[in-house]
Amino acid sequence: MTARTIAAREGSGVVQVDAEVLGNTAVGAYRHLTLVTPGLPEIARPGQFVALSVGDGTSSMLLRRSFSIHRVSPAGTYGATTEIVVAAAGPGTQELTRLEAGESVSVIGPLGKGFPLPSQPVPCILVGGGYGSAPLFWLAEQLRERDCPVEIVLGAASADRLFGVVEARRVADGVTVTTDDGSAGTKGWVSDVLPDLIARTGAGVLYGCGPMGMLRSMSAIASDHGIVAQVAVEEAMACGVGICMTCVMPVADQHGTTKMVRSCLEGPVFRGDRVRWEAFDDGLCRVPADAVGAPKEVR
Amino acid sequence: MTALSPPSAVDMSVDLAGVRLPNPMMTASGCAANGREMHRFIDIAQLGAFVTKSVKAQPVSGRGTPRMAETPSGMLNSIGLQGPGVQAFVEEDLAWLHSIGARVVVSIAGSTASEFATVARTIVRSRYASAVAAIEVNISCPNVANRGLVFACDPASSHKVMTLVREEVPRGLPMLAKLSPDVTDIVGIADTVLKAGAHGLTMINTTLGVAIDVDRLRPHLVAATGGLSGPAIRPMAVRAVWQVAGAMRAGRIKTAPIVGVGGVRHGRDALELIAAGASAIQVGTAAFNDPTAPERVGRELETLIAERGFTRLSEVTGIAHERFVP
Repeated sequence: MTARTIAAREGSGVVQVDAEVLGNTAVGAYRHLTLVTPGLPEIARPGQFVALSVGDGTSSMLLRRSFSIHRVSPAGTYGATTEIVVAAAGPGTQELTRLEAGESVSVIGPLGKGFPLPSQPVPCILVGGGYGSAPLFWLAEQLRERDCPVEIVLGAASADRLFGVVEARRVADGVTVTTDDGSAGTKGWVSDVLPDLIARTGAGVLYGCGPMGMLRSMSAIASDHGIVAQVAVEEAMACGVGICMTCVMPVADQHGTTKMVRSCLEGPVFRGDRVRWEAFDDGLCRVPADAVGAPKEVR
Repeated sequence: MTALSPPSAVDMSVDLAGVRLPNPMMTASGCAANGREMHRFIDIAQLGAFVTKSVKAQPVSGRGTPRMAETPSGMLNSIGLQGPGVQAFVEEDLAWLHSIGARVVVSIAGSTASEFATVARTIVRSRYASAVAAIEVNISCPNVANRGLVFACDPASSHKVMTLVREEVPRGLPMLAKLSPDVTDIVGIADTVLKAGAHGLTMINTTLGVAIDVDRLRPHLVAATGGLSGPAIRPMAVRAVWQVAGAMRAGRIKTAPIVGVGGVRHGRDALELIAAGASAIQVGTAAFNDPTAPERVGRELETLIAERGFTRLSEVTGIAHERFVP
C-alpha cells in the first residue's frame, strides 16, 4: 500500500488522500500515528486539524474523526508525513488506534484556521489539557523562531494522560505539569498555576488546546490579566470540511455580533474573549438570545 | 474508493421536466452547504446540478448543540435550517454559484406557505436567476400555522405551499417537491403536490429518529428528535421511489421525473434508485464521509450502466418495474 491522492484542487488549501500508516505507537494512554500524506505537510500550520474516516467504503461509521495535527514533515525518509495523537474514546477512535503499519486510512487536511502568531517577540504560554497538547510543540518551535519566550503548561487527570512532557522540555523555556490526582507535577488544574506564571513571565498571549472547561477558564484568566487567549476548541464534527453544519458554536465577531459559526471553518482556533462560553452548560450549547437569527420566544 | 472508470459511451444526460442536465448527479440539500466548501474537493459545476441548503426569508441561527449523533450506517441531525436568509443567500451564495457556472437547484423553506412564495420570488427575480436550474421546495418544515406539523405530512398544507410557489416560478423552471417518508401514503402526497403543479419529486427527506445518550440517560440531541439519513435509510428511499414510480406507470398519478435521494454512497446504490424509477440522484450524508462522493458516485454509476450493456441512463430508469414479476 502506498499513499494515493483523491482530491487536491489547485488553490484549495486542502488535500484528500488515502494515507499509508507508517507507524502506530503507544504514548501513555494514547496512540501516536504517523501517516504518509502527500501534499499535506507543505500547506499545514499549527492549530489546524485533519479528518480521518473510519474503515473503508463499507464501514457503518460514516462520520469523520478530527484530530489536531501534532507534527508534519514535508520530506522525510518516507516522503510527506503527518502525525496525530488519538485517544480511543469510542468505537470509531478504537478502530483508528488499531490501524497497523502498511494499512490505509482516508485523511483530509489541513483543515480550519491555525494559531495566529504574534508579530512581536512577546512571551507566550502554551496550555495543553490531556492529548490536547499535541499541536503545541510545533507551535512552540515557530514561536521561538520569532524570538518569543515560550512556557508550556501540561495538565491532565493523571500522569498517564499527559502528552509530550519530554518533548515540551526540549522546545520550551520552562515546563509546568499539573495532574488532578497529583500523580505528576503539581496537584490541581492548569488554571491554578496560570496566574503566577503570567505574572512571572509577563506573557502577552496564552495558547490553549484541550477540553472546553479548560479553555473557558484560561480565557477568563487571560481577560483578568488583560492579555489575549487563542484557544483551539473541540466540537463534535460530522465532516470536518464545513458542509454538515454540526460543529457550530456561538462566537462574537469584531463588532460584537454573535453568530453560530462552524468551528471547522472559522475555527478551531478562536480568540477566547469572542467565544460565548456562558452558552455552554452540562454538555449542551444553547443559542444565545442575541445571536443572529436566534429563535424568537414563542408565547 | 474505486479506480477511475474506463471511458464509456453511456449517455448520462437527464431531462428534468424540460431542463437538460449533462448527468444525473446532484448534491442533497443541507449536505453540501452552499458549494464553496465542497468545491475545494470537486468541481461542482461539473455535477448535473448543485442543490443548496434550504433557505428561508430571514437569517436563522439553527439549533444549539449537540445537533448530530452518529447511528449505524447513518446519522441523526437537527440543524434547524441554519442559514443567512434569502437576501444574503442571493448576494453571496447564488452569486458565487453563478460565477463558477454551476447549475443550481435552490432549495427553499418556510414556516408559512407565504414565506415559501416570498423566498421563491426573491430567487427567480434575482440577477443570478439564470444559474437556477430548478426550485426544490422543502416541504419537510414545521408549519407554524398547523401546530408545527410538517407541511409534507399534511396533503392540504403541501398543496397550499406548492400552489403559492407555482405562482412565483416562471414557465420552464421546474419546481420539485421534496417529500418526507414519514407519511402513511407517500403516493397520496405525491399525487397532491403534482396536482398542485409540481414538475418533479425529490424523494426522500430524512426520517425522524431519537438517540439516547446512555451515560447521561437523556436525548443525545438538544432538540431530542432529529432526521435520520445515510445508508441506513436507503431501502426506505428505494421503496418510496418504487411505490410512486409504480403509481405513475400504472397511470394512477401524473407522470413526472423523480430525483432519488437517501443513503446513496456508491454507484450501485444510485443504480438501485434509478432502476426503481429515479431519473436523477442526490448524494447527501455520504459526502460527509467523502466530499468527492457526488462526483465519484456518478462515475461508478456510469461504469455499472455500461457493464450492463445499456447506452443511455434513461433506459435504466424504472427498469426494475419491467423486470418485476409479481
